Amino acid sequence: MKEFFQRLVSDKVGLIGFIGILLVIIVAVLAPVIAPYSPDRMFTEHTLEGPSSQFLFGTDELGRDIFSRTVYGAQVSLQVGLIAVGIGATAGLIFGLISGYFQGKVDQVIMRVMDVFFAFPDILLALTIVAVLGPSLTNTMIAIGIVFTPVFTRLVRSAVMSVKENEYLTSAVAIGVQPVKIITRHITPNIMAPFIVQITLALSGAILTEAALSFLGLGVQPPDPSWGVMLNASRTYMEFAPWTILFPVSAIVLTILCFNLLGDSLRDLLDPKLKQ
Amino acid sequence: MADTAYAIEVKNLKKYFPIKGGVLKKTIGNVKAVDDITFNVKRNETLSLVGESGCGKSTTGRTILKLYEPTSGEIFLNGQKISDIPRGKFRRMRKDIQMIFQDPFSSLNPRMTVRSLLLEPLLTHKLASRKEANELVGEMIEKVGLSKEQLDRYPHEFSGGQRQRISIARALIVKPKVVILDEAVSALDVSIQSQILNLLIKLQEEFELTYVFISHDLNVVQHLSDRVGVMYLGQMMELGETKDIYNNPLHPYTRALLSAIPSLDPYEKKERIILHGDVPDPSNPPSGCPFRLRCPKAHDRCAEEKPRFLEKEKNHWVACHLFDE
Repeated sequence: MKEFFQRLVSDKVGLIGFIGILLVIIVAVLAPVIAPYSPDRMFTEHTLEGPSSQFLFGTDELGRDIFSRTVYGAQVSLQVGLIAVGIGATAGLIFGLISGYFQGKVDQVIMRVMDVFFAFPDILLALTIVAVLGPSLTNTMIAIGIVFTPVFTRLVRSAVMSVKENEYLTSAVAIGVQPVKIITRHITPNIMAPFIVQITLALSGAILTEAALSFLGLGVQPPDPSWGVMLNASRTYMEFAPWTILFPVSAIVLTILCFNLLGDSLRDLLDPKLKQ
Repeated sequence: MADTAYAIEVKNLKKYFPIKGGVLKKTIGNVKAVDDITFNVKRNETLSLVGESGCGKSTTGRTILKLYEPTSGEIFLNGQKISDIPRGKFRRMRKDIQMIFQDPFSSLNPRMTVRSLLLEPLLTHKLASRKEANELVGEMIEKVGLSKEQLDRYPHEFSGGQRQRISIARALIVKPKVVILDEAVSALDVSIQSQILNLLIKLQEEFELTYVFISHDLNVVQHLSDRVGVMYLGQMMELGETKDIYNNPLHPYTRALLSAIPSLDPYEKKERIILHGDVPDPSNPPSGCPFRLRCPKAHDRCAEEKPRFLEKEKNHWVACHLFDE
């Protein structure tokens, strides 16, 4: 673990991503302290004002402070990201382990179902699920979780199948270890590297999908401060009040960039072939 | 447990691997990895199976362990028929028969410490409480020549020979009766090989073990075995006491194999029997004797009928028409 952090620090790009994500987390956790106003408070005399010392990022059409809303938006984004990816990764891990370990008919059934999900573009599938379940924050997280399940399933399945080729698995069978323990003790720890990388990359995807769904009006509902909701609201005013769109977009872009940078760097760090 | 002098009896064992092909995944042929072999292993003896790559010796070992289901034939372990016990049920009996693998770099889970690797078999078979198990692990690690201080390290911190010692400890800690050694020293340096072999001989006496030693290294086999079985293309060609096989080989294949042992004496005159051609495709073996296409003494009868496996001399069996009048 210590060695791992040393290597992360020596990898500048990964470190930037890591620090960026830490900042987003700190901002989200400390939102009530950092934000000068409540995200819902309306200053009716100050609608659509540009950035000033009173309103750092300006105000929106209802006179709400964009800085406060962006800060609180980090909470929504991280919450959606973590829970949605948690759902997708857990489901994917379970299906992938079953599929990869038992193979045969179970594998065929699981993978064909996943192929059906794969056939749809992410955002279209998420939209359909939210449309069926009804737009809300919870349903957004469930929808994104379902969308990500096939990716994790396929990744875990192929990792399991490659780990299964190792003689230590035959050895565990020969010793008489219970199948459940073979899966939990011998297979799962050895597939963690690609799994963790996929989680960081999926986090950025989940944040982006949430923003897109909210922008389309099917995700987080106003007045909750989601970056996607803010984008949607600012659509009409962006020509003469560009600050209303600039700051939420920057927040999305920078957060996703950080997750991707960290994900790419983790992929290299966790790949034993690239170890010096 | 039935009273028998044999730790393992194998009767007419066959293991075919189907070749699937076409859109509907129909079986279009079989790789006859093990084709009708019969042998037995006495208690506390070492039987070696030798032969070149692909002759079915490893498959035989793994089928005895029920890592593969036999296609047909019977396997008895200490007099009990195990070939028709379902694999799920056989799991609890695995403590009686253990295996040591060839590659010490892939046969130990890299994420487990030596301690947990050694605890696992004991706790799996509920042979000891956690406290007792910890003591047994300490004793065992010293028996294989490592120290207790090394228990909390991971496999990658050890050399190949040390890892193989860990594998041996892991297999023997449940006090099995039979151990299958699949090329157990082939991946090691020659200097380490002899240490591991001597350790295996010492532990065999101490734990009263029966070894099935699978190898292609004829020098090692001569050093370790009581009896030797020579396999070719999934069939047993010759089986006998080690001294008989090495001093008086009957089968032409055994003779060719033994003539290939490299000698340490550069001036020694050796008659090298060179075999021509390759091992035939095991999915499409030749008619009659499997060896006839490469045999220097093949004659008409060899193509027509499969030679019987006969006891030519006492305890010395051979499958060749030259000895079947």
